[in-house]
Amino acid sequence: MSHIDIETGRLRETLKELMMLTTQQIRKSQDVVFNFDKELAREVIFYEKHINSLELKIDRDCENILALLNPVAVDLRFILATLKINPSLERIADNAESMVRYVLEMKEPYDSELMRQIKLREMFDIALSMLSDVYTAFTTEDTRIARNVLLKDDLLDEINMVAAHTAEAFIKKNSALTYQSLFVLSNVRKLERVGDQNKNIAEEIIFYLEARVLKHSKPGGI
Amino acid sequence: MSKLEARDVNLFFGAHQALKNISLQMEKHTVTALIGPSGCGKSTFLRLFNRMNDLHNDMRLSGTILVDNKNIYQRSADVDALRKKVGMVFQKPNPFPKSIFENVAYGLRINGVRNKNYIEERVTRSLQQASLWDDVKDNLNRPALQLSYGQQQRLCIARALAVEPSVLLMDEPTSALDPASASTIEELIYELKIKYTIVVVTHNMQQAARVSDRTAFFYLGELVEYDETKIIFTHPTHQRTQNYVTGRFG
Repeated sequence: MSHIDIETGRLRETLKELMMLTTQQIRKSQDVVFNFDKELAREVIFYEKHINSLELKIDRDCENILALLNPVAVDLRFILATLKINPSLERIADNAESMVRYVLEMKEPYDSELMRQIKLREMFDIALSMLSDVYTAFTTEDTRIARNVLLKDDLLDEINMVAAHTAEAFIKKNSALTYQSLFVLSNVRKLERVGDQNKNIAEEIIFYLEARVLKHSKPGGI
Repeated sequence: MSKLEARDVNLFFGAHQALKNISLQMEKHTVTALIGPSGCGKSTFLRLFNRMNDLHNDMRLSGTILVDNKNIYQRSADVDALRKKVGMVFQKPNPFPKSIFENVAYGLRINGVRNKNYIEERVTRSLQQASLWDDVKDNLNRPALQLSYGQQQRLCIARALAVEPSVLLMDEPTSALDPASASTIEELIYELKIKYTIVVVTHNMQQAARVSDRTAFFYLGELVEYDETKIIFTHPTHQRTQNYVTGRFG
């Protein structure tokens, strides 16, 4: 095994660890939101520090590989992709942290009818399924799975598009729940961004494996 | 019209086939890097363009080698004129045991140039082009062998430039030099391509990536891939090219 294989192999393992941790953060934030579990919310915030330090480690490792091993071709694409996947994962985890902080501010759980109408659980499920897909696509080097992620992002966008109207209608009928409706709507926006970050990650996996740039391409171009 | 071209070239030394059906074109004022593991045929291919392989008695060539669209292996080809047009720099600097001035003037003198002013002008210009002038201008009569290794290589480049070639062939021009001297030669290659068409054989992948516009990857006498350097080093088409440039074999 060549030196660069060893170094990129280590980097790959660290990135997989970050992917798993980020997925756990979103999964836990879903539990926090639906079960009003403030203890678990504090755990999510605690792990955020670990995620930040992993992000810094991955950046450092990429810099060292670039400076010391002069990667080219597939190795270079892997490093460039990792440099973009890394902050995307960290931002996904940031969104998880923000969502649990909302819960810590709340005095009572979110209204279940509000969450049903807004389709918050569907959004969490889609976001988690996208995270699972990017992990599988990355570990198995399967770009077909990465392409599925791009399609799933459209589902999140659709829910996000109608969420404001749904919340408005709910608030008109339940003015006492205005405050928490705004928090739920913020969660929708966070999950929509999680979808965008997952899409970016999937595009980077395709770039790394196929040397194809999908960023800003039309839907037919995938 | 390409400056240099190989069409369906097969080259044999006795029973050994060194090059297999090679076709490629090199444009004017570009730098082309030839890369590949030892024994893949890249230096042999380079030497076709100034007929250096003719020195082997058992050489057989089929196909066509064109310089400025002229077949340089046809019977009527003037080999001396060809070598004036196509200069060569070797792996190890090989200055003559003469003064710096006489080393650079040598090519002009054997080509029959007698005009002293013209020779002086060409020597000065060539040393400037080879980024050696500032180092040696105060004592051009100093023996060339007293120069450092890196300076000697630049002197050899100046010697090649003195007869005003339009093509420079470089066979691992920096492999015997320290990093600073190698860097100077690389900068020189970058500057010289404004006037010359340059072909460089190198084992140094980073050097190929830094100095060349296009890169040809040879393996076992075959041309595996020839493309823009940025493509070869970011997303080569062939797996063997990727394995070689990433250091996984060779």
